[in-house]
Amino acid sequence: MSALLTIDDLVVEYPGPVTVRAVDGIALSIMPGEVLALVGESGCGKSSTARAVVGMEKPESGRVEYRGDSVPSLGLSRRPNKFTAIQMVFQDPNSSLNPRKRIGAQIADGIAAAASRGETSSTPGEWLEAVGLDPKMVSRFPHQFSGGQRQRIAIARALAARPDLIVADEPISALDASSQAAVAGLMRQLCLDAGAGMLFISHDLSVVRVIADRTAVMYRGRIVESGRSETIWSNPLHPYTRALLSAIPHPDGKGTMPAAPALEAPAEWSVAMPEALDRA
Amino acid sequence: MIRRRRLPIPRAWVTPLAIIGVVIALAWVIIAATAPLWVPYAPNAQGLPRLQAPGIDTLMGTDAVGRDVFSRLMTGASVTIPLALMLVVVSLVIGTSLGAVAGYFGGWIDEALMRLTDLVMAFPTVILAMVIAASLGPSLFNAVLAAIVVSWPAYARVSRSLVLSLRQQNYVIAGRLLGFSPVKSLMTDILPNIAGPVVVLATLDVGTAILLLSGLSFLGLGAQPPSAEWGSMISSAIQNFDAWWIGVFPGLAILTVVLAFNFIGDSLRDILDPVSGGAREVAGVAPVAPTDASHAPHTPGATA
Amino acid sequence: MSAPILRVDNLEIAFGANPVVRGVSLELRAGRVQGLAGESGSGKTVTAMSVLGLLPRTATVSGSIRLGDTELIGMRSRALRNVRGRRIAMVFQDPSASLHPQLTVGHQLTDHMRRHLKLDRRALHTRAIEMLDRVRVPDPENALKRYPHQFSGGQRQRIAIAIALACDPDVLLADEPTTALDVTVQAGILHLLRDLAIERNLAVLLVTHDLGVMSAIADDVAVMRNGLIVETGTREQVFLTPAHEYTQTLLAAMPDSAPSIHPPHPDAPSATAAASPSTATPDQEGTE
Repeated sequence: MSALLTIDDLVVEYPGPVTVRAVDGIALSIMPGEVLALVGESGCGKSSTARAVVGMEKPESGRVEYRGDSVPSLGLSRRPNKFTAIQMVFQDPNSSLNPRKRIGAQIADGIAAAASRGETSSTPGEWLEAVGLDPKMVSRFPHQFSGGQRQRIAIARALAARPDLIVADEPISALDASSQAAVAGLMRQLCLDAGAGMLFISHDLSVVRVIADRTAVMYRGRIVESGRSETIWSNPLHPYTRALLSAIPHPDGKGTMPAAPALEAPAEWSVAMPEALDRA
Repeated sequence: MIRRRRLPIPRAWVTPLAIIGVVIALAWVIIAATAPLWVPYAPNAQGLPRLQAPGIDTLMGTDAVGRDVFSRLMTGASVTIPLALMLVVVSLVIGTSLGAVAGYFGGWIDEALMRLTDLVMAFPTVILAMVIAASLGPSLFNAVLAAIVVSWPAYARVSRSLVLSLRQQNYVIAGRLLGFSPVKSLMTDILPNIAGPVVVLATLDVGTAILLLSGLSFLGLGAQPPSAEWGSMISSAIQNFDAWWIGVFPGLAILTVVLAFNFIGDSLRDILDPVSGGAREVAGVAPVAPTDASHAPHTPGATA
Repeated sequence: MSAPILRVDNLEIAFGANPVVRGVSLELRAGRVQGLAGESGSGKTVTAMSVLGLLPRTATVSGSIRLGDTELIGMRSRALRNVRGRRIAMVFQDPSASLHPQLTVGHQLTDHMRRHLKLDRRALHTRAIEMLDRVRVPDPENALKRYPHQFSGGQRQRIAIAIALACDPDVLLADEPTTALDVTVQAGILHLLRDLAIERNLAVLLVTHDLGVMSAIADDVAVMRNGLIVETGTREQVFLTPAHEYTQTLLAAMPDSAPSIHPPHPDAPSATAAASPSTATPDQEGTE
């Protein structure tokens, strides 16, 4: 089985008074039917990676390939059909939907994209049901829904296009804490049902552990640890991963304080540990 | 059960000023459409006693050649107002389209269009309009043309900046990811969402359009005699300052129309202001209470 | 347990015709952290803001908020200004919004000290350095001369805490103090808050939706929903033996701490219809 997504030595830079190297040479791959989580704190480069995967950012160097073909930049020309099989779910549910278009029509846009690739047809109502909303609401406008519901609609639209690869950029961060796990689980379920692969970007390790098969931990533009989620969670090798995991406060009711790192950015976090990569 | 209340009129419309504005504007539109049917005298008939003060026979007096000011005023509405509206609509269409294209495509298209906009905007509006109207030859049609030329850039500027910010919105990108062509993206995602501010601009612009057209006519560059256009009526009043009624009534008419559209435009702006939340009510449907989400029947455990 | 320093009794707050807080009672005691948990729209932030009279004029407030013997509801502005910063201080979610971007850190730190404490310039300066040092901002002497944007998010929050505690208040209100911060930075701030609370015998009100944070530093927990407190107790009681169904739902919605890469079972009791359905607000800054 060949990989859906292959990234090799990806570098993304942002121009400015000082050129910022947001992604400093990373490699990863995603197979059909698996969820890969990309985690890290602010500034680590995970969002830039997500944007480079769909073509929103033009890489400075490196390969981003979907089924062997280089992913084109999302420029002015129309996206070639083949690449509409890559879909994205964004962090902010409020700007993910066209305020002046009925949600049924927006989901139908997704269905049309699937149709252009010869995929089986479906109806907007079916997708609303799949994400836990009432199918009769197809004729409504986005402002008539809550933030959490809008995110579900955005997910429905992305999935309606029957993608092979879903890139989810912090899809649950803007939701109520009590819905986050449920929506993440829903995304995993729908993704697997479709036989698709998902790149799930998040800073929230607890949720990621539950829905991702593999995890890659990013720090300052590089992947410092990667491999099976469970392995990383139960036995983190890299100092940054260890610091990250032990800094998570657990709601165990016992008053256990999370471990605070001594400084804001200890030098040991920037160390490269090859044995922490691709762990089984 | 899903509750849906249809609000008859968006609540934010019901401000006193907005009502006044709508009433006045509507009144003038009706007058413009029907005036020829009921005015007491033919607007261009010169048979009446000249320079008569307003009285029972002639509500607004007569002018220097014995025409009834009232009849001319009412008939003049059908000249000035439709032309002003047409001017605004054409400028809006041209300006918004050019601005949207510039903002969406960027690059040299943007550069070229913006330099063109800058070029036109570098000249004082009225003076440029005067020059164009004069060089084309004095006529109402040419005055409108000249006015269009000087009016479209404002729309282009506004539309371009709106498009620039909208371009980054997630839903626009989502559309591109779904294979939307740039044209489809512009038409379905961008233009409907810039309509609000652009319409507000246009409504407020009606007043300016009237003033511009009247001004050009006043200077003899627009409507030619004996046309009963308000601006040219004011112009003819200069020769007979004592007969105040010749100029004051057309002036008041212009004032009321401009005010009316300004009130409407202000009200529209408040409605569309996302902070005050009026936009929700424009769609005419009250927001769905979020508890309705719990009625989602099928995927258990996956509610909003 | 000592007598409560701040008592909230049957607090009711409405914005126009819209009731937001519908009868809340709380007690804050010196040296103890009182947690106020709930989702967005529960009224927890409004409750905290009302203690310092920080609500907009359209809000109608009734009930009682007593600091010692003094009633705070309906207090005149002048008197309230003597309370704010001096006896009750507040730390907010976004340090970028609570620090003035165009004033130096030193200026902001000494500004209200100058008002509340009778110290000369040198003494203020020294105290400012001490405060920054206590909150672990590196190089405090030079930090005073710098502007907020020159610090990281975590450091800005430490500065905000230093400003809040500069005049030695008795009560500290913290509204989602770590929500906008990365998890490693958050851990440091949580330690700081807990240490300061113990060291200065502060009565702390911690408002947060994050149950992990709540569990780490709150001694007592009150759970709010739709303007009412549905459960209250010590941290152990609320987390280990939650009595109210809503609390149980909130706790169950957290990802399990037991190892599992399998998705939550579709029939798990997570976020059922019983949960408060209000509009979600962005609560984490996790992007680049």
